[in-house]
Amino acid sequence: MTSIITVKDMCLWYGAHQALHHIGIEIPEKSITALIGPSGCGKSTLLKTLNRMNDLIPDVKITGDIRYDGTDIFSREVDVNQLRKEVGMVFQKPNPFPMSIYDNVAYGPRVHGVTGRARLDEIVERALRGAAIWDEVKDRLRKNALGLSGGQQQRLCIARALAVEPRVLLMDEPTSALDPISTSRIEELAMELKEKYTIVMVTHNMQQAVRVSDYTAFFLLGELVECGQTDDIFSQPRDKRTEDYITGRFG
Amino acid sequence: MKKSQIVEQAVHLVFLLLGLITVGCVLLITVYLVVSGIPAIREIGLTAFLFGTEWVSTAAEPKYGILPFILTSVYGAAGAILIGVPIGLLAAVYLSKLASPGVKAVMQSAVSLLAGIPSVVYGLVGMLVLVPGIRTLFGVPDGASLLAAILVLAVMILPSTIKLSITALDAVPKEYEDASLALGATPVETYCKVSVPAAKSGIAAAVVLGVGRAIGEAMAVMMVAGNVPNMPDSLFQSVRFLTTAVSSELAYAGGLQRQALFSIALVLFLFIMLINAALNFFLKREKE
Repeated sequence: MTSIITVKDMCLWYGAHQALHHIGIEIPEKSITALIGPSGCGKSTLLKTLNRMNDLIPDVKITGDIRYDGTDIFSREVDVNQLRKEVGMVFQKPNPFPMSIYDNVAYGPRVHGVTGRARLDEIVERALRGAAIWDEVKDRLRKNALGLSGGQQQRLCIARALAVEPRVLLMDEPTSALDPISTSRIEELAMELKEKYTIVMVTHNMQQAVRVSDYTAFFLLGELVECGQTDDIFSQPRDKRTEDYITGRFG
Repeated sequence: MKKSQIVEQAVHLVFLLLGLITVGCVLLITVYLVVSGIPAIREIGLTAFLFGTEWVSTAAEPKYGILPFILTSVYGAAGAILIGVPIGLLAAVYLSKLASPGVKAVMQSAVSLLAGIPSVVYGLVGMLVLVPGIRTLFGVPDGASLLAAILVLAVMILPSTIKLSITALDAVPKEYEDASLALGATPVETYCKVSVPAAKSGIAAAVVLGVGRAIGEAMAVMMVAGNVPNMPDSLFQSVRFLTTAVSSELAYAGGLQRQALFSIALVLFLFIMLINAALNFFLKREKE
């Protein structure tokens, strides 16, 4: 098992409020890591730090060390746009652009300089197939993406992320706005995708973590309480707080 | 009926009457323009009036062709849009997305101030700065020209263009921009390729409003355009707009000439109505 992302002794403040305390975690390659914990525990904050989306929030201060593929992501040599291309993100609420399905998927490749109709067609088809939505949309690629159902929109967003050929996919509660059937489709998709990609998924739903993830990290009040193989965390938690949370005593 | 209910009804009635005053004014103007504008058109002939290239209203054999005015107004508005909209739109992108709160506050109050300057002041500055400037810069005998009018109009439409575009850009959901940034697009790419297209209805409304303002403006263009009824064949031609065609002769006109001026006003009115319809269309789409 090799780690693609390594976080060491990372602290994060929003203004005067410290949201993360001395986090240390390794994200193993080609697997699914679930980040669980009650609301406000910092799991989404950690996720957004991994592709530096937190940079966009004013008054954020980060200390410690985060390495992606061996490189410090905050070093000057790192091109943040290149980092975000390699570490893609899927958001909590499906957020396709108000344009056609095709243009949504082609957006990323175009931004990164891919031109030529045939090449783009190929990328779009591969990404949509990869996100298990090709058969549903292949006859209406020119239609507006906002006409799709919520679950389809979320799979389209996954396709859009895949189109720039990332190595890591960050998923921020990707199913919390979806119905159970759409949720299970996204979960199946995530399990297929881990063959090729590394997935870090924030989830509120502990069953979901058990169903899909290989590794689980439990957060509480901005601290990483415990992390390890999902089976171990849920069958024999080492920390009392983890046990209380997964048995439903709080959260 | 209780006393309070009677008072309520009375107040209701007063409000209704006050509202009707506005509607009444619009109706009155419409009816008046149609009634007083039609006779001259019938006498001159619609084609000769709209497409006649000569306006010599005081000659022994007068000609009443208003094509020079129509074209001047259209070119003037188009030129103003061509120059004013790119500047206004980019300024709006800057103010909505990039500027720090302090810079934004200062610049927005400057934009509001620009909107509040009376058009005669625009005209005056245009006359004293722009007209001599064009004369020296391009070596033309008279700087009072279509170009001067276009430049003044371009500045005049800036405030509404900027304000409406900012409103439209501010309304673009942040999720769209986050999605674009998360794909590795730079902020500027994100604003140009996601935010502006997502705000296009509102921006279209800003453009249409600018056209309306440019077509309807009289005082400033009268002062800088030379006010001669030439066909606008060149940017340096002294020209007369639809608005100024009405205002410059009305004081002394009589008979058919006077009636023809009302017909010009009718044409102008129809233009503005058309633009308003377009504006409503875009604003409605923006809401959806």
